[in-house]
Amino acid sequence: MMKQYVLKRFFLLLPTFLGITGLTFFMLQLAPGDPAALKAQSFTELLADPQQTEAVVTETQKLYGLEKPLSLQYLLWLKRIVLFDFGESYRDHRPVMAKIAEALPITLLLNALTLLVIFVIAFPLGAYNALKPNSFHDRVSALFLFLLYSLPSFWFALLLIVLFAGGDYLNLFPLIGIFSDGAERLPWYGRIGNLLWHLILPVIVLSVANIAFLSRFVRASLVEVMKKEYIRTAYAKGLSPFQVMVKHAFKNALLPLVTLFGSLLPALLSGSVIVEQIFSIPGMGRLSFESVLARDYPVIMGITVMTATLMLISYFVTDIVYGFLDPRLRLHERRGL
Amino acid sequence: MKVSVIILLLMTLTALAAPFLANDRSFSSLLSPPIPYHPNSTDSDAILTPPNRSHLLGTDDIGRDVLAQLIWGTRISLSVGLVAMSIALTLGIFLGGIAGYFGGIWDLLISRLIEIFSCFPTFFFILALLSFVGPSLLNLMIVIGGTSWPGIARLVRAEFFRLREEEFVKAASALGAGSFRILFRHLLPNIVRPLVVIASFGIAAAILGEASLSFLGFGVRPEDPSWGSLLASGEAYWDVAWWLTLAPGSAIFLTVTAFNLLGESFRNR
Repeated sequence: MMKQYVLKRFFLLLPTFLGITGLTFFMLQLAPGDPAALKAQSFTELLADPQQTEAVVTETQKLYGLEKPLSLQYLLWLKRIVLFDFGESYRDHRPVMAKIAEALPITLLLNALTLLVIFVIAFPLGAYNALKPNSFHDRVSALFLFLLYSLPSFWFALLLIVLFAGGDYLNLFPLIGIFSDGAERLPWYGRIGNLLWHLILPVIVLSVANIAFLSRFVRASLVEVMKKEYIRTAYAKGLSPFQVMVKHAFKNALLPLVTLFGSLLPALLSGSVIVEQIFSIPGMGRLSFESVLARDYPVIMGITVMTATLMLISYFVTDIVYGFLDPRLRLHERRGL
Repeated sequence: MKVSVIILLLMTLTALAAPFLANDRSFSSLLSPPIPYHPNSTDSDAILTPPNRSHLLGTDDIGRDVLAQLIWGTRISLSVGLVAMSIALTLGIFLGGIAGYFGGIWDLLISRLIEIFSCFPTFFFILALLSFVGPSLLNLMIVIGGTSWPGIARLVRAEFFRLREEEFVKAASALGAGSFRILFRHLLPNIVRPLVVIASFGIAAAILGEASLSFLGFGVRPEDPSWGSLLASGEAYWDVAWWLTLAPGSAIFLTVTAFNLLGESFRNR
């Protein structure tokens, strides 16, 4: 049963992958102007002579196979993608993969820290509120979390900058970047400290809404589980509320978290465009925003296809893990997706 | 519930009555606008004035009244939220309904489509699409709506999949009702409540999305500023004119909270 389930899920990956690449390719066709002409535009400073520009256009067309029919272009492009060749950036003519490889670790670090903060705060908070649902404490924290959830992140970031990183009020944190000037001269522990100091405000902005979301999620699923009979049995045999919560309720309430974790991954990989832009963090979010602004199509396509494919893989893994953890799923395939 | 409905009603009235609330000319001698400024009328004598008696929320860098801008901006934010969500609801109900009710090959195809769309990182996807089609109010609505339907489709699909085995569906079918009639007259009314919940949260997300995009400079034209673009242009003056960031930010925050609260109260009932 399990083997069949895994195989079926695996073979469904292929059409979805083709769909992702097809949609991305289609997106490029929507773009105004000929990519070759656009590439020639990036040389305009160098090429004053229109004849020379013409030559660059034809050369680029040949290089990317732009004179071939669309379906063939798509297949050629697909072949390069499978080999992780996303081409070169129009802007600085460096390989797209190199640019992604530079930005990804920063985004991963930022988001790993954010996830840590979210989990450390949201879990105990959600569990504590689930102990006495609808108590005064539960209601107050629900309202508070609700407001946090609705907070526009860019506005919140601006307020934090004004309050904590500006000259007017408190000047506790640096305004931009991930290292101070001259940080490379610091010893390694000094550099790590400097890095963390720069990341405090972005991590706060990124975690706030998610803390609200996750702790409400944890609370809701715990409240549901606490109504079950085996919880009553656990109480009846004399366990304390804390023991019941940790030993019996948590395990069952956390099953849906597997799916949740899968859906947290896009943020982890693609980064937050807004937060990275406001705090000038050179991660994936900023790279994608800058490539969109500059119409740097190879970079846009590279980021889109890569993050979407990684998402696809993470959905697949999530489904398999879920199938292992919840035998009901294998039998009925309720989700089907 | 009550609070959010009152806030949203006031917002809607403000949006509809914006020309009567904030304008530099009145439509009749009886009805003079309470805020006598048009959002685009500039006043070189009142540049970056803090909130005071004549400019309740201050003025911006070329002397435009912030309150008037906020009132007119309500129209853009609310319409983006409503139109984008209508697009997403139409797509989601249609595709999810077909997949859930007919099953088989339809389900397989539409489920793949849902999966494909859920794989793209939403915000970046919207940004990239907008950079290709060009930012305008209509494109913004279409792109936000066109990327936020998969959640709705998934919900409708799962619900219809469950409901189609119910007795009343068989009864309707036996009485000769066609698929179209069963889908929209018999099945759809059963999932109105979860749809209202998902739509309220969706409108909040769309408003937030529009504000974020405008903040990044991908929003609507500067002639009719939305709350997000007001915030973006105010950002440059955050150290000398705090009201330029505080006012539009609070407006976005209030509206998003109201829609989220509405969704939450429908979910818990």
